[in-house]
This record gives sequence, structure tokens and C-alpha cells, in this order.
Amino acid sequence: MGMDRRNFLKAASGGTLAASCVPSVQARETRTMPEGAVGLLYDGTLCIGCRACMAACKAENDLPPEFNEIEGSAYWDAPLDLSGRTINIIKAYVGGDSDRKDTLDGYAFTKLSCFHCVDASCVSCCPVAAMTKDPVTGIVSHSKEACIGCRYCVAACPFGVPRFTYDETFPHIAKCQLCRHRMAQGKFAACAEVCPTGATIYGPVKELKKEIARRRALAPGTETEFPRGHIGSGDTHIAPIANYVDHVWGEKEIGGTQVLHLSAVPFDRLDKKPLPDVAPANVSESLQGRIYHGMIAPLAFLGALVFAAKRSAKALGEQGEAGGTDAGDDRKGE
Amino acid sequence: MLAHSEEECSLDFDAIEGRLGLSRRDFLKFCTGLASTMGLPAGADAAIAKAVESARRPSVIWLHFQECTGCTESLLRANHPTLERLILDIISLDYHETLFAAAGHQAEAARRQAMADNKGKYLLVVEGAIPTKDKGIYCRIGGQTAVDLLKECATDAAAVVAIGSCASWGGVPSTKPNPTGSEGAGEVLGAKVVNLPGCPPNPYNLISTVVHYLTFNKLPELDAKGRPKFAYGRLIHENCERRAHFDAGRFAGEFGDEGHRQGWCLYKLGCKGPETHANCPAVLFGDVSNASWPVGTGHPCIGCTEKGIVFTKPIHALAELKTVTPPIFFARPAEERGTGVTFAAAAALAAIAGAAAGGTAMLARNLGKSVPEAKADVAAPDEQRGG
Repeated sequence: MGMDRRNFLKAASGGTLAASCVPSVQARETRTMPEGAVGLLYDGTLCIGCRACMAACKAENDLPPEFNEIEGSAYWDAPLDLSGRTINIIKAYVGGDSDRKDTLDGYAFTKLSCFHCVDASCVSCCPVAAMTKDPVTGIVSHSKEACIGCRYCVAACPFGVPRFTYDETFPHIAKCQLCRHRMAQGKFAACAEVCPTGATIYGPVKELKKEIARRRALAPGTETEFPRGHIGSGDTHIAPIANYVDHVWGEKEIGGTQVLHLSAVPFDRLDKKPLPDVAPANVSESLQGRIYHGMIAPLAFLGALVFAAKRSAKALGEQGEAGGTDAGDDRKGE
Repeated sequence: MLAHSEEECSLDFDAIEGRLGLSRRDFLKFCTGLASTMGLPAGADAAIAKAVESARRPSVIWLHFQECTGCTESLLRANHPTLERLILDIISLDYHETLFAAAGHQAEAARRQAMADNKGKYLLVVEGAIPTKDKGIYCRIGGQTAVDLLKECATDAAAVVAIGSCASWGGVPSTKPNPTGSEGAGEVLGAKVVNLPGCPPNPYNLISTVVHYLTFNKLPELDAKGRPKFAYGRLIHENCERRAHFDAGRFAGEFGDEGHRQGWCLYKLGCKGPETHANCPAVLFGDVSNASWPVGTGHPCIGCTEKGIVFTKPIHALAELKTVTPPIFFARPAEERGTGVTFAAAAALAAIAGAAAGGTAMLARNLGKSVPEAKADVAAPDEQRGG
């Protein structure tokens, strides 16, 4: 297959153009926590499993109770996981006896609700911008009106938080929105407000991180004051510091989250498996950004395709002219 | 179980009335009340009535050590009709420092006499902790240290009942730094005694224990800490009238707030109900009304029956929940899900699908050809035979 000088140069210049524009695009900027980000701190060592937070969450978000059948017995409002009707759940790790809390051979509590990621996958993947992250508070929330029900967010979330109400005629996405509707009334997250032990507290993420650092700096067994409700509420109680594992869940996971967890048992036992420090949204958006930046690379690729198609069509045409007589000859010969 | 004939039940109520100053009706009410406190089956009330009616009055020796006499006061204020007369008449209280009329050598002589007369039969009730430090010099009665007096009286006792938290496990006197080395009666004796902790303990738990002993000639069933199971078998939290508020997450935030006035759960104020074993919510205190116990009046339980809770944890420190027995309906961190198809199953399925597809393809290929080929097949052997 021959290529003349002119065609070679055309192809070469197109390729150079396409190649030159790719490295010039930087990876998407790494998202950072908004200055006024608010969130929750859940300290599993303080949790007593009373599930007041689950009851308050349902009351404040107008969610109906759930009916479950567990091993042949029927239970009202004993959800096994997050669902379209449960957007906050207390789960228990059971590794042994009920008289040893926060040990691997005992039991421990954990909470699952939206982590309000700094760089949220659900926001990144939403094709209609129904899922949004508030630029001021950093709360990840969604608009039922804008949602088209594609459930990309359900698949994208590494924590399995957004859920879909499959059993409703007009289904919708359900997830924790940090009681943003209560903030308008000057209130804060209901789960934190109702928690009797301060296991869940609400506050600016900066303050929550200071509180975490304070707790981790104290020796296990030291009696200290734990705030209840929100940071700086003045409502405190005194309890001993637990033997925390050296890990704050949400500090680095997928670029950081606004809901942070402390625990005395390793997080993988609480079904919080290791996650990369880089947000998947950052990786995918950087990749997409490189490919589609200014539409130059796709256009160059299209140009190359058109050129190749045209050239082969031309070559085929020349061949057709030459081969047409051959075919006629064959037919004659038959 | 407690079969009783009519003759056994035919009590001499006139005699009881004379001796105890109780009408027949009040006497039977008392016996039925005790039977239900102990959770005894139907018929036990009659057995109790029989036992109480009989003239057999066991000798009781009541010792006081490091205490505030609150246990005795609580017993005296049991408010069922003329109960104090009844309890003093059912038993023969031969030595009680608060109640006896005698004093000094006379009283000590009465104690020795009762012990000698009822050797191996008398009940020893201990009130107050026993100091053990410095050879027990911090509590002496009649020249004897508490340790010596307790050991002397316990040797020939039929049973030892420790009333109150001090006698049960040390109580207030044993609180850190415990300057006198106070211990409970069981610890000092190194033997199992009946513990009736509480500060003060519920008087009906003592009366029930004594009457159980009178009726059945044995002590009620005890738990690992020596406490009668009928009284200390359950957590306060389990029978608490405010429990529904706990389950619904309705907590009083401070004394006098909206939730407190609504009668909400007192957990957040430091209620120790979830870690304290006692029958207070069922039996109540002081016989004054249907809410006459600490939580009923709006104050959190201070855990007065539990070692390591009362006098140890601050009153407003939060309780640990002892009811989280392997949670029956807590979701697990990750619920079990289907694991997808295994390699072997996938291979088997693929083989079946492949065979089906191959068969179908072969069938399709042979469609239309089948008739002539079949004829040819049939013809062939003929040809062979012919050949």
C-alpha cells in the first residue's frame, strides 16, 4: 500500500496536533473541603446501640417503618441495611460475648449513612446534575424533580449509600442529606441532636477534626468530657477514652469525607474495607477531561478516520476500475 | 408442688389476731403479697400463712457495723398494715442494737444466750461493712472487733443474710480510698451469704427471704453474687415504666426541661437502670403511691445495688447497657448476599447451552435434507445386500 509524500505529511500533521493537545491538559484539580464544611463525628466506642438516631431520622425525614422477615420471624422496623426507607442505620459487629464491648472477641457498633464526600462519586456521575454538593456546607443532596432515575449514583457510591425506592410507583433516590431542611429552622442533624451519649455529634468539619485529635491524644482509660449534640453545645458527659484503632475513617478515604468515624475495632470488621486516597471521581473526570478537552482530540481522531476512509475508498475505486475488466473477463471465460 | 389440704390451711386466725394484732383479711393479704414478691406459684400463700401462723419463731441476731442504720430505718418504714409488729413477731429478734431495750453487758449476754439456745438454727442478719485494716480496730462493739464479732456469730448460724450494700460488698465505707479497709460480710467470712444490696435495700426483699426460709426451710435461689434471683434477676431497665421512651429515643436533657416534665427516659441524666439489677420498678419503695421509686419520681437510678456503680461512677455519668445480649435484630456490618455463579456451575451451564446450541444447529442444517438422506441410508444396505 503506497502513501505519497503529500498524504504522509497530512497524516503526520494531524497526528502531531492530536498528540500535542493531550499532554497540555492537566489532570482535574483535586477537590478540597469547603471552608464552612459541616459534618458528623461518629465515635462507635460511645454508641450504646439504642438506635434513637434511627428513630429520629425516620421521624424528621418522614420515612415509613420497614418490615423485614429475618430467619422466618417477622420484625417491624428492623432494617438490615440502608434502603429507600432507611437512610441511617446502626449495625453491630458480633465477634463474641456481649459483655465485652469494642473488642474483637466482643461486639461493636457502627453507623452507616451518607459520608458527604469531599469529591463525591454520585455528584460526578449524575448525568442531569440532580445530585449536587453545596459549595458552602459541602452537603451532598439531590433534587427529586431533576432526577431521571438512572441510578448511576447507586452504582457509583463506594459506600452503597444512595438507595432507590424500587417498590414505589414513582420511585426516587433516598439518602441522608444531613437534615438540610432542618438547618433552615436553625436546627442541626436529628441523629446528632437525639444521641444520648454523644456518639454522633454535629459540627464544622474543622472542629470535628480538632475533637478527634484531642480524643486520640488522650491515653485509653483517661476520663474526659464528651460533647453531646453539636460541638460547643455545652452539653457534655464524662466517660473514659477507648482504645481507638490508629485510623480515622473518612480522613483520607477517597479524598476525604465530611462524616468521620472513630472505632476501637479495625474498620474492615465493620465492613469498611480499605479505599484509595484518591477519589474515583477525580480519576474518571481527569481521564474524560484529557480525552475530550476542547473536543480537539475527538475531532482530530474523526479527521484521521475520515482521511483513512476517504483514502481507502479512493484506493478501492482505483482498484475497482482496474479489476472491473478482470471480472468481466472471468465471466466471459465461464 | 405446694399441695396443701384443707386441714393444713385451717389456721387459727383468732390466735393470729391476738398475737399479731392483724385481722384475718390483712394477714392473708400480707402472705399473698409476699408470695407474689417472690414469684411463688399459687398455693404458696397458704403455705406461708401456715408457717407464719405457727408459733415457731426463729431467733434472729442482727449485727450493726459500719453503717448509717438506713437499712433498719427502711425496714421499719415498710408500710403494710402493722408490718413492723408483724416482722418483730414472726421472728424472735434477740439482738438488734437499734431496737432492743437492753443495753451494755445485758444486751451482749442476751446475744450469747440466744446463740447458745439456738445453736445452728438462728438467722444472722448483718448490716454495715466490716473494717479489716489494722486488725479491724476501726469498729468495736463490746470490746470485740467487727471481724471477730461477725465470725463468732456466723459460726453457728443457720444462714447469714447481708442486708444493704455495705454488708453485701462494702458500700460507702469501701469507697476509694477506703481508709478502714472495709469489706462485705461474704468477703470477710469467705463463705457464700445471702446478699440483699441496696442503699437502702427494699424491706420486702428481706421479709420475703426470711419468710421463704421459714416456709420452705431453705434459702431462695441465689445468683452468682449471692443475691436472691426473685429480687435481683432483672435489670431495672427491663421493667422500667419509662422504657418505651428509651426505645423511641426520647430522653430528658436536664431536670425540669420539656422532656423531663413529659416523663421521658432519664438515661441522658445518668440513669444507671441499664446496668443495675433490682426489682425496684416492680415492687416500688415506701408504699406511698404507684410511682414511689427514684425513677418514678423523676430522678435517675444511681445503681445503689451494684458494686462498681454507686459511689464509684458519678451520678450523671452514663450507664453501660447490659441488655445488648448478642443483638437479635441489629443488622450485621455486611449482610450475606448471593456470591454470583461459581466457575464449575458456569462451565456446566455453558456445556449444556453449547450442546443445546450445537444440537439445534445440526438439526437446522439437516432440515430439508433429512428425507433424501434417510432414503439413501435405507437404500444403502439394500445395495450392499444386493451387491
